[in-house]
Parts: sequence; C-alpha cells; structure tokens
Amino acid sequence: MKASSKILLVVALISAAGALSGCATVSAVRVKPWERGLLADPTMDPNRDPLATEMIEHVYFSREAAAGGRGVGGAGCGCN
Amino acid sequence: MGTAGLVLMLAGFWFACAIRACAGVSVGDVFPPLATADLAGGTPPATAGKIVLVDFWASWCAPCKASFPAYGRLFSEYAARGLVIVAVSVDESPSNYESFVRKLNPPFPVALDKGQSLVRAVQVPTMPTSYLIDRAGRVRFVHQGFHGAATEQALRKEIESLLSEKES
Repeated sequence: MKASSKILLVVALISAAGALSGCATVSAVRVKPWERGLLADPTMDPNRDPLATEMIEHVYFSREAAAGGRGVGGAGCGCN
Repeated sequence: MGTAGLVLMLAGFWFACAIRACAGVSVGDVFPPLATADLAGGTPPATAGKIVLVDFWASWCAPCKASFPAYGRLFSEYAARGLVIVAVSVDESPSNYESFVRKLNPPFPVALDKGQSLVRAVQVPTMPTSYLIDRAGRVRFVHQGFHGAATEQALRKEIESLLSEKES
C-alpha cells in the first residue's frame, strides 16, 4: 500500500472513530429524562379532544377498514 | 500491530470512554455528596453512616406523584432505624416544585436541584429513579420508574437487608 493511501486510511478510520463516539454520547439528539417538563405538558397531548378523535377514527375506519395505531396515551414525558 | 489495528484500538478506547462519560451513577458507585450539591429547600439531612434513599422526581411526572405516599410509609417505618429519604426535584420552575410539595406535604425532606446540576451528574435513566445508598455511601440498588406495590415491596426488602448490615 502506498504511503498516501495509508494516510487516507488512517484519516478515514479516525473520522469513523470520532463519529462512533458521537453516536455513543447521543446527548445532541436525545432529550434527557429530566428535561421533559415541557413535553409532559397537557397541551402537548395530541389527543386533547377524545370525542373528536373518536369521530375521526370512525371515519378513518369506514374509509380504510383499519383502525388504531395512533401511538400511546399521555403527553411526552415518557414516564406514564 | 499494523496502523489499522492501532487506529481500531484507539476507536474502541474512544467509544468506551464516550459510553462511560454518559453512564452516570450506577450500582457500586459512590453517590455524589448531597451536602455539596446545589439544592434549594433547606439543608440536606445528615447522611453519614445512614441508609439513604435519594429519589429524583418532578411535578410533571405522574408516577412520581404516585410514589410519594409509599415513600412516606417507608419513612415513618424506617426513619427511627436509620433510613434517610431525600426527594430531589428536577423541576425547572421553582413555583411548580413549591405547589407540588405544598399539595402532597411529604413527611420526608425534599429539595430542588437548582440548575439540574445533581441530576446531570447522576444521569438518571428515567423519571422517577430512586437510588438506595448504603452506610458507606455506595449505591446498592437503583429503581427505574415507580411500579406501585411491587417497587414498595422491593424497597422494603432492600432497606431491611441494608439495615441489617453492620456499620464498618
């Protein structure tokens, strides 16, 4: 292997290592459990009007012959 | 060892360091001292030589609210035998913290983690999380979430076992 190819390989491997360590910390992309106060607010709940949701579900079921799969209950604190 | 091997070893080291850096406090680790933590809500109780249950909670967390009566029962039962309970709030809003405490009026000490510095050091995996610490200050049991009677029963068993250990 040529010296320039070796250098390129080393640079590529170091970059990959840096990227992998970034994946391990995940701090840049994940909201920490103690930072979910705003997400847990009732206004963040997509199902704030259960009756309206039920009606929409009924129409959806009639048109698509499928129902459910709308996610989980509660807001976004991840602790319910 | 070739250059590629050396770089792979370095990558593994970085990866391990990165995982370790975000691991926080786990079983076997020494819990950060509460006395030096930036807590509001009065002086933390003396914990030297005692069994300590540190619970991280928030006013917006429903299971945290459900856990308080159970901790109250444990406190009234074991405080005389050397159990200290400190419930640390991670609320960003002091008014939410205060109204929650006023409403539930727990018999055990509560505190607000100002600036969330303690919870950042501990890196709790979920809300709520409680840490049961032995007389030497080491974390012995960690409870993620609160699962009603099952968690209370497990805590009771663990507290009994820690209280039965002799002071070193």
